Amino acid sequence: MSSPALVRHPEDSMPAIAEAAPVPAVTPPATPPSFGTLALRWYKLNRGPLRATAIGIVSLLAFLLVWHLLTTYRVVFFVRFTNVPSPLAVYASFTKAIHDPKFFMHVLLSCRRIFIGFSLAAIVGVPLGLIMGRFKLVHEIIFPVAEVLRPIPAIAWVPMAIMLWPTNEQSIVFITFLGSFFPILVNTLHGMSLVDPVLVRAAQCLGARERSIFREVYFPASLPHIFTGLTVGMGVAWVSLIAAEMISGQYGIGYFTWEAYSLVQYADIALGMIAIGVLGLGSSLLIRGAGGLVMPWRSMR
Amino acid sequence: MSAILASEPKGHIEVRNFSLSYDSIEGPVQAVTDTQIHVKPGEFVSIVGPSGCGKSTLLNAVAGFLKPTTGVVTVDGERVNGPSAERGMVFQQYSLFPWKTVRENVEFGLKMRGMPRSQRESAARTLLGLAGLEAFEKHYPEKLSGGMKQRVGIVRALATGPKVLLLDEPFGALDAQTRVIMQQILTNMWQRLKISVLFVTHDIDEAIFLSDRVYCMTARPGSIKAEIPIPLERPRQQSMMMSSEFLALRRGLMSLIREESLKAMGGEINDMGMQGLNIELHGHSLADVI
Repeated sequence: MSSPALVRHPEDSMPAIAEAAPVPAVTPPATPPSFGTLALRWYKLNRGPLRATAIGIVSLLAFLLVWHLLTTYRVVFFVRFTNVPSPLAVYASFTKAIHDPKFFMHVLLSCRRIFIGFSLAAIVGVPLGLIMGRFKLVHEIIFPVAEVLRPIPAIAWVPMAIMLWPTNEQSIVFITFLGSFFPILVNTLHGMSLVDPVLVRAAQCLGARERSIFREVYFPASLPHIFTGLTVGMGVAWVSLIAAEMISGQYGIGYFTWEAYSLVQYADIALGMIAIGVLGLGSSLLIRGAGGLVMPWRSMR
Repeated sequence: MSAILASEPKGHIEVRNFSLSYDSIEGPVQAVTDTQIHVKPGEFVSIVGPSGCGKSTLLNAVAGFLKPTTGVVTVDGERVNGPSAERGMVFQQYSLFPWKTVRENVEFGLKMRGMPRSQRESAARTLLGLAGLEAFEKHYPEKLSGGMKQRVGIVRALATGPKVLLLDEPFGALDAQTRVIMQQILTNMWQRLKISVLFVTHDIDEAIFLSDRVYCMTARPGSIKAEIPIPLERPRQQSMMMSSEFLALRRGLMSLIREESLKAMGGEINDMGMQGLNIELHGHSLADVI
């Protein structure tokens, strides 16, 4: 054997190694993985969320159990559970309430107030924030007034609202509006202030004029913060609505809860509270869902 | 007469008696002073210089984002008054619109010009095909690698058919291998389109490899220190970076910039810092060659 052959030998074997490598990579798809392996893989990929869900369910059940024990044994330890309704009592009052059209009327009226108040806040707050973010003069004129009014809690507006508006209904919607308006405005403004100036430049040297830049750059760039504002605004809208209903309402879920206390229907107090919680959660989820639809580039992450 | 004019290559950039200063509490600060540059139609010209010398400022003035304090910027004899689609720009940070898909990004300039949707869609598809990006037209920029993003950035800037292309350290954020590929892609596009290019970079190898001519700027306040023609023949190959001609150009430019960088830093301690930089640059260029 001559030395050139020896030298060539490793080179010859190189393609063999290169060809051998893809073979195992091709084999797996030939036999589709069994249901068991797929399930195991799915479990491994989703272990985190599954764990969180499991713990969440356990923690909710534990909460109910503690509530049940505290009320059954009428524990008095600084806090008095003597008159607090048990979960079972609340469940009983829930089954009664779902057959009662009056309860639904309360819920629907609250939802309608939220819808009108919140929509008005979004319709006014978002464009105002966009315009204030874009035009310095508008910002300079409106911002000081907004900053003075913003820290006033919506509840503090109740007496003023009753004076301002001819009907109770209008003043409650007004208070709901005020509660959600400022978070929406402030977050929209914040979003506008964070728009990357390089993106504006990029649009400009592609021939975009003021109006197009506003529509194609400033608005979509601010959308994530606008939706943060809408989510926060929705939360504050419920807070304000319930307070307003408790003080000056005749209908609505807040009024229902307060009335239950006056009528010594303690189970209904908890039912009202839970209804408020569920409605608040539901409306936040709605906004989050809308955000995902409007911003596909973010939801695909 | 007009037909003859139209067939001539366009994109003659001229910057005359240019200076630009910012106002500050201590008075005006000179960023760029007494600068003349020009780019002939169809020419590829780079500007290099120590960091902070005002090369990006100069480019932004050509783009129309900054107004010169004195002097004038013209393109084909017309004074530059503001940004326009005639001067396409590519940014270091890619600056693609994250809320638009790759194709919508490329379409943007055509949309601004009022081209109907179906027409601009097919135009964008064709351009993306040329850049080898047709498979990604529906992706959002976030999903792309840096090199792909910048390819979209270049295609987007070229989609409106600008007279000149301005690039502000476009490959600065890319890794060495990707940068080499991008340089090749840019060269190919430039040769096919016969467009004038003004290219700002701090990478000397890149400037020599790509350009017909290189301007070297002084430390702040920036002005033109030297104008170096690059007589390397085209098409250029990566292997040319080892040729004695290339290395001689490189050595020359390097010492010019080193001088200015030292001036900008001042003092002996900083000279040691420069030695560190030198080593890094050597290692970098070696990586390119291999």
